[in-house]
Order: sequence, then C-alpha cells, then structure tokens
Amino acid sequence: MSNEQDIYEEHVLDHYEDPYHRGELDKATHSHEADNPLCGDVVHIDLKIDSEDKIQEAWFSGDGCVISQASASMLIETVEGKSLDEVRNFTAEQMLGLFGPKLTPNRQKCCLLSWRVLQSAIHSPVDDLPPDDDGGPDVHFGGPSLGEES
Amino acid sequence: MKTIPTLSTCTPLNDSELADLRDQFPILSRSTASGAPLAFLDNAASTQRPVCVIDAMSDCYQQYYANVHRGIHTLSEESTEAYEQSRKVIASFINAASEREVIFTSGATASINLVARTWGDQNLREGDVILTTIAEHHANIVPWHQLCERTGCRVEFLPLKKDFTFDDETVHQKLRELRPKLFAFTAVSNVLGTITPVKKWVHWARELGITTLVDASQAAPHQPLDVEQLDTDFLVFGGHKMCGPTGIGVLHGKENYLDSMPPFLGGGGMINRVSVDGFETADLPDKFEAGTPPIAEAIGLAAAAKFLRQIGLDRIAAHEKQLAQVADEGLRLIEGIEVIGPSMSHKSGIVSFSIDRVHAHDIAQELDHLGLAVRAGHHCTMPLHRHLKKSSTTRASFYLYNRLEEAHRFLEAVQQVQKKFTPSGRKRSSRPQD
Repeated sequence: MSNEQDIYEEHVLDHYEDPYHRGELDKATHSHEADNPLCGDVVHIDLKIDSEDKIQEAWFSGDGCVISQASASMLIETVEGKSLDEVRNFTAEQMLGLFGPKLTPNRQKCCLLSWRVLQSAIHSPVDDLPPDDDGGPDVHFGGPSLGEES
Repeated sequence: MKTIPTLSTCTPLNDSELADLRDQFPILSRSTASGAPLAFLDNAASTQRPVCVIDAMSDCYQQYYANVHRGIHTLSEESTEAYEQSRKVIASFINAASEREVIFTSGATASINLVARTWGDQNLREGDVILTTIAEHHANIVPWHQLCERTGCRVEFLPLKKDFTFDDETVHQKLRELRPKLFAFTAVSNVLGTITPVKKWVHWARELGITTLVDASQAAPHQPLDVEQLDTDFLVFGGHKMCGPTGIGVLHGKENYLDSMPPFLGGGGMINRVSVDGFETADLPDKFEAGTPPIAEAIGLAAAAKFLRQIGLDRIAAHEKQLAQVADEGLRLIEGIEVIGPSMSHKSGIVSFSIDRVHAHDIAQELDHLGLAVRAGHHCTMPLHRHLKKSSTTRASFYLYNRLEEAHRFLEAVQQVQKKFTPSGRKRSSRPQD
C-alpha cells in the first residue's frame, strides 16, 4: 500500500540515541552555532583545525528534532580527518545523501542545519567575533517554513 | 459567549447522519502519503469544504459571474445580487444589527489590520495602552506592535493561570488600572482551546468606555455567535476555518464605529465621487471594500454558513467536544505526555500536547505516517510558547466531520509514536552498505 520510505529508519534512530561526539570541545579552534527559529532546532559545532588545515576533532551539541540531531551526528562522524577544502566542497545535496531517507522540502531544513553550521564554523575562529550572518552559504531549499501556521 | 451546550441539551450527531455528512466532504476519503486512511485533525488551521460550498462557487463562475456593482447587464446584476445576499446571510449568521456592519475582507488577519490602520491610527496616541492576552495568535499581536511603532502606544498582555485559563479578577483589575484604549482578545485560543468569557469581559470594558475587538476565528466555526448579545465593538473571523473558501474573512463593527473611521484602502468601489482635487467616501459597507471584492468567495462563505446552521452550531460544538474529550482525557492518562490546555469544561475541540523528550515535528511526521494530520510548531503563537517555556507543541483539532473512531485512533497512534522515540539502548554503527 505504501511506497513511502521510513524517515526514521534504524540508522537514523541509532544516531539520535547514541550520537557521535555529542558535547563541547575544550580546546576548539573554530566554533559556530545556529538555529531554525521557526522550529526551535539548535546546533552548535566545535572544531579543532590543525596547522595543515585538517579537521582533527569535531564535536556538536544542540537540541531539536530527530532529523536535525541525527544528521548532525552523522556529519560530525564524517568530517573528522577531512581537509577544509573537502568540507567546502561537501555540498548540501551530499549532506542529504549522507542522511539517507528522502526528505520533504520542509524537513530538508532540519537536516541541513548542521551542514550550514559546519560551513560557517570553518570560517569562525573562536577568538574572533562571530560573523553577523549566521546562515552560512545562502542556499534555500523547498517551500515555506514549518511552524508558521494558523 | 453562549455556554457550549452539553450533549443532554441538544441532539448529538448520530452515526448515519455523520456518515451522510462525511460524504459531503470528498477529500476525507483519501489516504496520506504512507497509504494510511486520512484522519484530518488539523481543523484549527483550516477546515475542509463540503460539496455545497464548492458547488456554490463553481455555479457562480459557470453561470452568472461578472464584476459586482454598477454593471448594467444581466450577469453583473445577478452577481451583485448574490454577493449582497451573501452579506445578509453572514449578518444573520452572527446576528448583526444590519448588513452595513458586515465588511468582507481577505481574512481575519486583514480584518484586524483594517481596524489597526484606521480606528487605531485615528484614536491611539503615545502612552496609550492596548490590552490583550498572552494566548493571542500573531494576527492579534503584530498589527498592534505595528500600531505602537507608528503612534508610541504600548501593548500589555494578560497572563495565563497555571490551569491555562484567565483569572477574571486580574482581567477586571487590569482594565481598571491600565484604562486601555482597546481590549483585543481571542474568543477561543487556537492552541490551548481555552474559551474566554467574551460577554463578561466586553461588559466590563464597556462600563469603562474601552473599545473591544474579539478574534472569533476559532469560535465562529464552532459555536453560535451573536454580536448583538456579546456587544463587541469589533469582531473578526475568516472563511476557511468554517468550511468556507480561503481569501475571505469578515469584519463586524458597530455602525457608529465604522462610520467614524477613515476608509482603509483607497480605490474603486469605496468612493461616491472622485475629482482631480480629492474624493468622497462611499457609505457602509462599500467604504471599506476598495477594489473588486472576493465575489465567489463571499458566495462560498454564505453557503458554508448556511451549511453549518442547518446542522446546528450547538450540535457541532457538542460533537467535537465529545471527541476532544476522549483525546484529552486519554492523553492525560499517559505517563510522559502533557496536555497543554485547560480541562474540557473550559475549552473547545482543540487538544494540544507534548511528549517528554520528543520534538513536535517528529510527532507530527510520524502521526502523518499513521494517517493522522495534526499540526506541530508554535501555531503562530510565539509569545504564548515562550510564556509556557515550550519551543513547540503538537495540536489535534476536531471538527464536525471527525468520528469517535478517529479520536481513539489518535490516542493509539500517539502511544506508538512515544514508544518509537523512547530511548531503547540503541547503538550507532556504520551505515549498512547496500
């Protein structure tokens, strides 16, 4: 009767309940945080970037729906050991692919929150003031936002 | 506001009547993306339309549509007659003293903005106060914030009690203390379902010379409204929450208010004459209906009002309350679930809730998978959610075409969702390669 894929497949729920590197990084060199104000999802990412522009260590914290938090865990797990160039070349489409189950445009925003935060974090050394723009690359997916409704 | 009658005082919708009624809403027989049969519990956001409403609009377009007013030809005269007849139906639906008091707008939001931009700009000054409640929809907050920006007045919010109702004594005291120019409040909260005592509050405001505006968006579809008895100065509601079309709403204003206000939008239809030097405003209700009005929408809205009346607003209220009661009381028995709203004796057919440690959007997504359409988020009430210290809630809202079986299905589905997202000792591993 259904050809709908289960968004909350086992792999997603596993990451939600047993996330990779959930917490703060004491000696972070780079860090950023952003939210989706209409649904209240928040993701904070701490990075330790070495002298060769490689991500030595990555941690995340935050609050929100299964998709926003599980996708952040998957991203953090993937990104360690990668070079900054590799991170910059990691597209939104690849992020959606990493998550797995196909998402409707509204839920893609949840999945891309951590990706946006990561793209900003690599440009946000901890000693500097955070950039004005919390948005990272200005990529828009899908239709109207969740949450603003009657 | 009239007390919602209990089942003992009116005949409930029986099974065969409900089956016939549901047949008039073809959309209800579809399924959701997962293939599960649809249980539509998102009625506080927007309801569905019966065939008679769709037909009324379709007949208009197929048989007699033309622009209204001043057209000296058959179709225009027929359209004008149908449009003005619709105004009479709505005037009677809310027992307005005259159809001149019924202004068609594009929706409840537009109605409130109209009042803010005309009466508000004319009457509010720096230091003046607008009193409202913390449970308002953004539509009954933002236009007042904007008015504050223009005039320097300020908005004060009435708090909720722990039981999600308002303390009458506080309301009366704030009205006396603050002497607001305007008391703007909802008849029924779109999140909590809390029913406010409109008649009493308006009476207190009246005694103090305070103007009142009541947002009846969640009341007009669900219970009898009588603006003469309620004595409101302004009352607003939209069409699409009461089985009517989108793009139409109603502003009811007392005639002396509407007469004293400047026109809002300028253009055709709202003038008697225009010269190179200026214009002369038309009489009510045209004064506030610049441009081509929502003609087919007004005709559809009148069909919806007649449809609801024929069933009986009392009976609709009793029916949805019966279903909401099953959902509300059932949820309260489940550990880890909090109902965000007062007990059934103080609320309409709206049941909002949250599940411990589960995000509202995950709840709604999974309920959709099981066939239930509910709403999740802040429901256009960010100040209320902040007041309640919640980032979001999930809301089921019942209407005349919902079945008792759907309320039970809802309860079972919520428990399934809760179980799905409850930690169960899962361990992360690499994604299985396929």
